[in-house]
Amino acid sequence: MADEKSTPVEDRVLMKGNEVLAEAAMRAGCRYFFGYPITPQTELAAYMAKKLPKIGGTFLQAESEIAAINMVYGAGAAGARAMTSSSSPGVSLKGEGVSYMAGADVPGVIVNVERGGPGLGGIQPSQSDYFQATRAMGHGDFFMPVLAPSTVQEMADLIYLAFDLADEYRTPAMILADGMIGQMMEPVTLPPARDPESLPKKPWATTGTHMEREHNVVNSLYLTPQKLEDTNRERFERYEKIKATQQRQELFMADDADILIVAFGASSRIARTAIRRARDKGIKVGLLRPITLWPFPEDAINQAIDGGCKALMSVELNMGQMVEDVRLAAHGRADVSFYGRTGGVLPTPEEILDQIEALAARIGCAPSAKAGE
Amino acid sequence: MAMEKTLPSYQQDRIKINDGEKIVSARPHALSDKVFNFCPGCTHGIVHRLVAEAIDELGIEGETIGISPVGCSVMNYDFFNCDMIEAAHGRAPAVATGVKRVHPDKIVFAYQGDGDLASIGTAETVHAATRGEHITVIFINNAIYGMTGGQMAPTSLPNQVTQTSPYGRDVSKVGFPIRMSELLATLDGPAYIERVACDTTAHIRQAKKAIKKAFENQVNGVGYSFVEVVSTCPTNWGMTPQAAFEWLRENMLPYYPLGVYKDVVADGFDDALGAAAARAADCPIAQQKREA
Repeated sequence: MADEKSTPVEDRVLMKGNEVLAEAAMRAGCRYFFGYPITPQTELAAYMAKKLPKIGGTFLQAESEIAAINMVYGAGAAGARAMTSSSSPGVSLKGEGVSYMAGADVPGVIVNVERGGPGLGGIQPSQSDYFQATRAMGHGDFFMPVLAPSTVQEMADLIYLAFDLADEYRTPAMILADGMIGQMMEPVTLPPARDPESLPKKPWATTGTHMEREHNVVNSLYLTPQKLEDTNRERFERYEKIKATQQRQELFMADDADILIVAFGASSRIARTAIRRARDKGIKVGLLRPITLWPFPEDAINQAIDGGCKALMSVELNMGQMVEDVRLAAHGRADVSFYGRTGGVLPTPEEILDQIEALAARIGCAPSAKAGE
Repeated sequence: MAMEKTLPSYQQDRIKINDGEKIVSARPHALSDKVFNFCPGCTHGIVHRLVAEAIDELGIEGETIGISPVGCSVMNYDFFNCDMIEAAHGRAPAVATGVKRVHPDKIVFAYQGDGDLASIGTAETVHAATRGEHITVIFINNAIYGMTGGQMAPTSLPNQVTQTSPYGRDVSKVGFPIRMSELLATLDGPAYIERVACDTTAHIRQAKKAIKKAFENQVNGVGYSFVEVVSTCPTNWGMTPQAAFEWLRENMLPYYPLGVYKDVVADGFDDALGAAAARAADCPIAQQKREA
């Protein structure tokens, strides 16, 4: 992560979220971008098209989302840091390629700047692809790290991290943003630019044998059931390591909270305002903002419950998806509820405040109820 | 550049070379010792060998990265000794594009069957070709889906009986076979397109020349090269290998005529870009000079 104090002034800039994803990806050592036009991620591809050729990289507009993710698969298999970006309907088409990347242990980064769905849906911000991102988004038994930025700064920090996680664990990794974070401008401190040559070597990659080693094969086909099971088990051991070491979250006003709002991305920003207002009214409410959606920060949820949190309310821009992970993590030890708006409609802080007040009253944590204890 | 011929390891303890004897023919180095899993009489084995011979003769095995398809040759990552990537069904040209963009100095080839290349992967095929990707594509057209047990392919002939056209391919209902070489030859991107067969020694020799040229073009930076090999599938055609060759000559070759469909070098150009520019000579914007 970039250190604000030591960063030269020119690296502190006002930029659009989508453009920051592109700039930070290049700084992370990504030189290959393959994509297909779709709103609202357009600025990312446009930025790449302009900048990548200037630094010896390749921007290629593919004939489809399917081709784009398979180009990422090829470039990743060939040892490079490569990425693609899209928005919800386009990401569905990438599911096949992501499954192959997971099955063949090929790293790469996929950006989803979500819009409303299902189907063609709309073009306004949404979080309705949570299930798609955090469960295997293609066929087969797999997961991948999913990082959810809530600020333009995090767009930079998390895509940088996504490339590192992808390489370290030999897995695809996803940035799950939404149209709001993608389109907004905020000041951002850009991470340092890395020379791709300085990145750790990948001896497994298909770079040509040079007649010096056995041939490398990048493959996800195992016709012997036992071999396929062994391969999947090995991959799930890696997943366990990711779960043990990579859960990330931000806690805000959470230390003494009776109620925790669980929210990520755009909805966490609105929830934060509602939480401040609820605090002004004396309700002990805080925010648990998952930064990694997979692995889901279940340890933090459990610690909060151990620390006295009585209720968790998942606030999402969908009809209730992450709430299932909250419920799984809470495992019946806390009240779990949900509030969401969908279709590109954003909840107002007042709406969320109303929900908080109703919840506080229901579980006996409203200020008046407390006063009467 | 040809490698000295040595016996493959699995034959070394079985065949004794006496003093004064030398090996005149052996398995190409670019082919591994793995035994092919193809059916008896299948022409995949011949084409694999031709590809490997071309790689050997050009001395490019260490610099070559191949893309395996989904279909009967799905496991050819085990048969070639160069680095290999297994692609999803139809996506080999996109995967090859990713590899070639990362390693423009390497030789990248895709090996695909008709269902893979001309049905589920039509978009990837056409667009890699029209981009003029500097890759080599080997296309096996045997007019049927072999691996899945003999279903109708995009290249199945009119009235051809398959598992999914049990009354014969009815072109009034399911349309016509695709002639991929002809289709791709309409594009500006490709540098070289030839259709060959491997039913006779003479045809195999011609196929070898075409395949070698398709790799050589990549070595020389000429551009996208595509070789369609009209092939047989005795198992799913329900014929003996010999009868299958007869059927190929009788029915497939009239529908899929052998020959060169595009060759920009033979046409006097350095590469596909030059040929495309000449074709668009009357279009001012297409003639604009670009900064390097």
